[in-house]
Amino acid sequence: MSLLLDAWTVVAVSAGLFFFLAGTIGLLRFPDTLTRLHALTKADNLGLGLVVLGLLPQVDGVLAGLKLICVWLLVLLAGSTASQLIARVARRSEPPA
Amino acid sequence: MSPTLLVDGGLLAMVVLVAMWTILVRDSFAAVIGYACYGLLLAFAWVRLAAIDAALTEAAIGGGLTSVLLIRAVVRLRATEASAQLEAPGRTLRFGAAVLSIAVAVALGAVVLGLPDPAPSLAPQVAEHIASTGLGNAVTAVLLSFRAIDTLLEAVVLIYALVAVWALTPDRLWGGRPGPKYADDPNGMLAYMARLLAPLGIVVAIYVFWVGADLPGGKFQAGTLLAAMWLLTIMAGLTDVPPISRRWLRIALVAGTVVFLAIGFAGVPLAGAFLAYPEGVAKPLILIIEAASMVSIAVTLGLLVIGPPERSESP
Repeated sequence: MSLLLDAWTVVAVSAGLFFFLAGTIGLLRFPDTLTRLHALTKADNLGLGLVVLGLLPQVDGVLAGLKLICVWLLVLLAGSTASQLIARVARRSEPPA
Repeated sequence: MSPTLLVDGGLLAMVVLVAMWTILVRDSFAAVIGYACYGLLLAFAWVRLAAIDAALTEAAIGGGLTSVLLIRAVVRLRATEASAQLEAPGRTLRFGAAVLSIAVAVALGAVVLGLPDPAPSLAPQVAEHIASTGLGNAVTAVLLSFRAIDTLLEAVVLIYALVAVWALTPDRLWGGRPGPKYADDPNGMLAYMARLLAPLGIVVAIYVFWVGADLPGGKFQAGTLLAAMWLLTIMAGLTDVPPISRRWLRIALVAGTVVFLAIGFAGVPLAGAFLAYPEGVAKPLILIIEAASMVSIAVTLGLLVIGPPERSESP
């Protein structure tokens, strides 16, 4: 059972890291602000989500697990709000051609 | 190579690289963002050194609050940046500055590497006497009991910083409201986040303050969180900044220092020394000081970020 949980952790955290990597590459390579934001929010949502899901079997106690999930939800809230605000500024300052 | 060494080495390399990038980059805004990243990386370094208190403070003050202050400064200076670039110091001066800072870095490195092994430490004394404070967190015990005078002076320095900011007020606006009026869409994203996050942030801040007695945390981290939540509601347009002439505002600013001093002087007749706590009641007294300081720190930091008054008293 513990082997299975460890395997789950490795798989989920690796998948999360893949999304972070992809998000970072997107941030560096995509051509404009909106697409870069799109790449970045994927890293926040899926990447961190998968890392948290992967770490859940490793924590000792329900409380620590809840804390991890809270961290994820807070980052979701902050990340999505910040990207909305940046997108709004971007759209106002560079009107679509 | 062990994985721990790999993580620590990577962290160190990133800290140094981001620090260099922050200095070398031409654009002030980029430099400030670099500084914020540097603060967060440094917080990770403190976590790796098991100094969670320092990590929390670095993340809150170094990475968060100072960066916000610097971002506002950059935005304000943007209009004059081009002319300031023209007045950039000459090659000799810059070379001299580089040599000087490298010399300081090398000297610091030499001193740190030259420390005797084991390094001189007061940790055993702290561990021996911590029971007298009733606290479980050695950092809080040092800050509020063994070296209380330093913490007291720190609180005073913060007030002085705010006085310096307020001194920039034009005469006709003295007593007015600091900063611009934020009028964001009341149904927009920012207002939504402020409504959702501020209550959560306040609860977390009070938790951080409360556990500070026994676990990493304390008034400074909690005060910064409170200030951040206050700023969030102000910038979302949910509340307005009070005019700096309000009496309750002035009282909130000095409450921490006044309570600290009052308890400190009460220690002279009751415990035989300034800032000494009477036997048995050290912990409640420390908690009272921390609570008052938390409020003062939150108000001071918030007002420091908002800046000097820019509007007259009427909203």
